Amino acid sequence: MLFGLGVVAFVFKRHIITIFMSIELMLNAVNLAFVAFARARGALDGLVFVFFVIVVAAAESAVGLAIVIMLAQNRQSMNVERENLLKL
Amino acid sequence: MEFISQHPILVAAVVKIAVLLFIVMTALAYLTWLERKAIAHIQSRWGPYNVGAHGLLQPLADGIKFLFKEDVIPPAADKLAYLLAPFLALALGLSAIALIPFGPPSVRFPNGEQIFSVVDINIGLLLLFAITSMGVYGVALAGWSSNSKYPLLGGLRSSAQMISYEVSLTVSVVGVILLAGTLNFNEIIAGNGQPGQFGQTGHWFHFIPRWYIFPQIIGFLCYLTSAIAETNRVPFDLPEAETELVAGFHTEYSSFKFAMFFMAEYANMITVSCLATILFLGGWLSPFPDTGIWHYQIFLPSAGLLALAAYCAWNTVSEMRGIARLQLGVVTLLAGGGGLICLYGPIAEGVQGPFWFTTKILAILFFYIWMRATLPRFRYDQLMSFGWKFVLPVSLANLVITALVIILWPHLRHG
Amino acid sequence: MIAILLFMVCAALTVAGAVTLIWAKEPIHSALALVLVMVTLAVLYLLLGAPFIAAVQIIVYAGAIMVLFVFVIMLLNAGVEERTNFSKLAIPGVVLAFVLLLEIAHWMFHSAIGRALANGANAPTTEASTYDLSEMLFRQYLFPFEATSILILIAVLGAWVLARREP
Repeated sequence: MLFGLGVVAFVFKRHIITIFMSIELMLNAVNLAFVAFARARGALDGLVFVFFVIVVAAAESAVGLAIVIMLAQNRQSMNVERENLLKL
Repeated sequence: MEFISQHPILVAAVVKIAVLLFIVMTALAYLTWLERKAIAHIQSRWGPYNVGAHGLLQPLADGIKFLFKEDVIPPAADKLAYLLAPFLALALGLSAIALIPFGPPSVRFPNGEQIFSVVDINIGLLLLFAITSMGVYGVALAGWSSNSKYPLLGGLRSSAQMISYEVSLTVSVVGVILLAGTLNFNEIIAGNGQPGQFGQTGHWFHFIPRWYIFPQIIGFLCYLTSAIAETNRVPFDLPEAETELVAGFHTEYSSFKFAMFFMAEYANMITVSCLATILFLGGWLSPFPDTGIWHYQIFLPSAGLLALAAYCAWNTVSEMRGIARLQLGVVTLLAGGGGLICLYGPIAEGVQGPFWFTTKILAILFFYIWMRATLPRFRYDQLMSFGWKFVLPVSLANLVITALVIILWPHLRHG
Repeated sequence: MIAILLFMVCAALTVAGAVTLIWAKEPIHSALALVLVMVTLAVLYLLLGAPFIAAVQIIVYAGAIMVLFVFVIMLLNAGVEERTNFSKLAIPGVVLAFVLLLEIAHWMFHSAIGRALANGANAPTTEASTYDLSEMLFRQYLFPFEATSILILIAVLGAWVLARREP
């Protein structure tokens, strides 16, 4: 359900940073599923994978926010509907 | 009464939390008193002297002042973040103290709960770091929500400093974790005084205690430096210095919210000192061995309290006048009563743990205050480059060397 | 009993945080809501018997990544989120999401595995200790561990390259 909420946020929001945060929300939802299933099956592998997911999320949010900072400095706006340079 | 017998853990926990909260809040208030007195004496002056006897009621006066000041909220401030930030800072600072054991775990309530620590978690150290890393939010939100230049700059600088030194804080502690083999506070402390595996006693050369500070002296120095930077104290307190940025991130806060930030800073200081004593200085263990003539160290707390009572009595009679005489007389009676109570057998043994713990914390806090009185400030870029280019590599090197030593000589581990 | 109550409270807070993330007008409120979500998720991990993951989640996610988000929002002085017109394209999306939710619920209640999971709540009640987890991390998953360290290095280099000014 958290995942669903994250997807809704991702689709509906226009502010680039809020979109990033919905990505983090989706990742967290996936983590929760992993931990729950790892506990139900008694295997520790799920927890190890959760650890890796957290690390990867850290790396991608760092790079993503760097890109966002550069975008914002160039365009003075945080609205993704105006980033239509790649549109036909 | 059946409620108490049916929910023993809950009742014991609530009692412990209430007592601990009361003690910690009083300690915070009197820490401010101690700081002002100590800095004053270092600077050849007296400090608070008139408010109560020897200024002992000064924290109370400050508290009343804070309560009655006008509460100003900047009109363009972001209400949620503005109101949330001081509460968050204080809540995190106080909740970190719940994880800390103040005495040996063998002292228990009748139903089996430990008296001296609110909880005993297997990953206590990691949770403590989690709580301190959330402390950045209080500062950052405070700076931003005031919606004015100085707090924003101060808040951003302060939080950047906090997250930079958080990394070296964590790394400098990992050496101790490697030696102890556990993240549980009680076991780390137990490993501090443990006799070596070849039948050596718990002390090197029979008189230097086997605390982790000695193998890990570099780690201890890195930890202390990072801790001073983490709590935004001098010499790292540029973001909140009065002459530099008005008052940094808490410029726009008045009365009670400012008091909460103030208390949060001192609570952070106490937390970090507690952590230093647990990890490096042996927690509630006493530095003296337990043999022969040293059995009489049990009477040290009562000796200390009786000496304090004697000094206060002499001061009451000779120097104080008027109501200060009455107040100091009360202090004398309390100290004397406490000293006499501690002479009684079981209480004397029970009070040993917290006594040594408190002494060590006071030593480290005095060191903090001493540094504040003596050192000038770092400039902000000097501060950041010091953190990233010096403290972090040194603590990483300490970690690598400790790991190598443990691999090559595995008998040196305690765990 | 207390565990169930705590679980209900935390689950409710998590969903409330996620909804606030969507509904808030200012990005800083969304960021605070996300921090709330992460902290409540950490408590849920504790309840599920994974204390190490809970602590790591708070230290890394709520203590560092979200601080990065908050910094970026503050530094860029991000504006208020505008209310968008309801685009027609989104309606099938919402319907599909709802169908997905129903499907997962159906699977949970009616398939064999799902029922076993729901009833198998008496699976290990001891918590996953740090020792076991780290042993597995460093023995079986050593290669992914080293690979993530290189990944972090690449991320740091990438962020640095992106953020420096052109000389």
